[in-house]
Amino acid sequence: MPALLGRKLGMTRVFADDGTSVPVTVVEAGPCVVVDTRTPQRDGYAAVRVAFEPVSERKLTRGERGVFAKRRLPAHRVVRELRLPTDGVEPGQTLTVEAFEPGQLVDVTGTSIGKGFAGAMKRHGFGGQRDSHGVSLMHRAVGSIGSSDIARVFPGKRMPGRAGGRRVTVKRLRVVRVDAKNNLLLLRGAVPGVRGALLLVRSVG
Amino acid sequence: MEKVRLVEAAQVKKALPAFAPGDTVRVHIKITEGGRERVQAFEGTVIGRRGAGVSESFTVRRISHGVGVERIFPLHSPRVEKIDVVRRGRVRRAKLHYLRGKVGKETRIKEER
Repeated sequence: MPALLGRKLGMTRVFADDGTSVPVTVVEAGPCVVVDTRTPQRDGYAAVRVAFEPVSERKLTRGERGVFAKRRLPAHRVVRELRLPTDGVEPGQTLTVEAFEPGQLVDVTGTSIGKGFAGAMKRHGFGGQRDSHGVSLMHRAVGSIGSSDIARVFPGKRMPGRAGGRRVTVKRLRVVRVDAKNNLLLLRGAVPGVRGALLLVRSVG
Repeated sequence: MEKVRLVEAAQVKKALPAFAPGDTVRVHIKITEGGRERVQAFEGTVIGRRGAGVSESFTVRRISHGVGVERIFPLHSPRVEKIDVVRRGRVRRAKLHYLRGKVGKETRIKEER
């Protein structure tokens, strides 16, 4: 089950052979270097630690440098531990977009665009109230937040507050193209986050 | 964005005529009906262009049987086979939406000389 770290570059379109326009997100994914593994025998669980985006050592703290020094690997900006099976994965190994092929499905995880303090309509998709028929100063308000019988608001009641800027996974996006030369993946549809956001691309399953 | 443009480069048409809002163009579009493919032309005034890269599109307006018809074409779509510039028009704005509210003589555009 291949997985890669990447950056969202932006969206564009690709014309299919029949002339239909396919919306795609361009993701620069990998190459990711395996810096360490976790095994059930030693650590109680299986995971792979991967690093992404080479960076000058000067940009890292001593602790971060240690991760790479241990395996004599070049420094990278991002290190993530991914819960993946470790069989056949060795530290020092490099994962690239070639692990994916056009047509297959992937899940993409990232941090959604922050919306700030948003009302219930934007944040939770509430309907709001009517524009007319006597509605006053309440057009986009939440409305009732409970009954008078229970006399309290239930925990988890959806109300205005911070929206976006949280971890979001978009499932089952189709890989439209794999550009191994430029480390690019073209995925059909939208992906969470701003341009330049860090993403995790995993094959489905 | 530069890398996105790189991805697009292969599909961006190279040999496109220069045309701008106000020009009259004939757009040849491939149409598939009943398994057969043929080319149809749509002639009218360009009332705007938008977007960049492969996603650029333009709007053509014509009066057909007394009804205003506007079609939006993706500039780089393989379905848009050819664009002929019939007439160059002299206009002073980028979007000619004001034409929608005008009929007959008022919709005339001066020719660029």
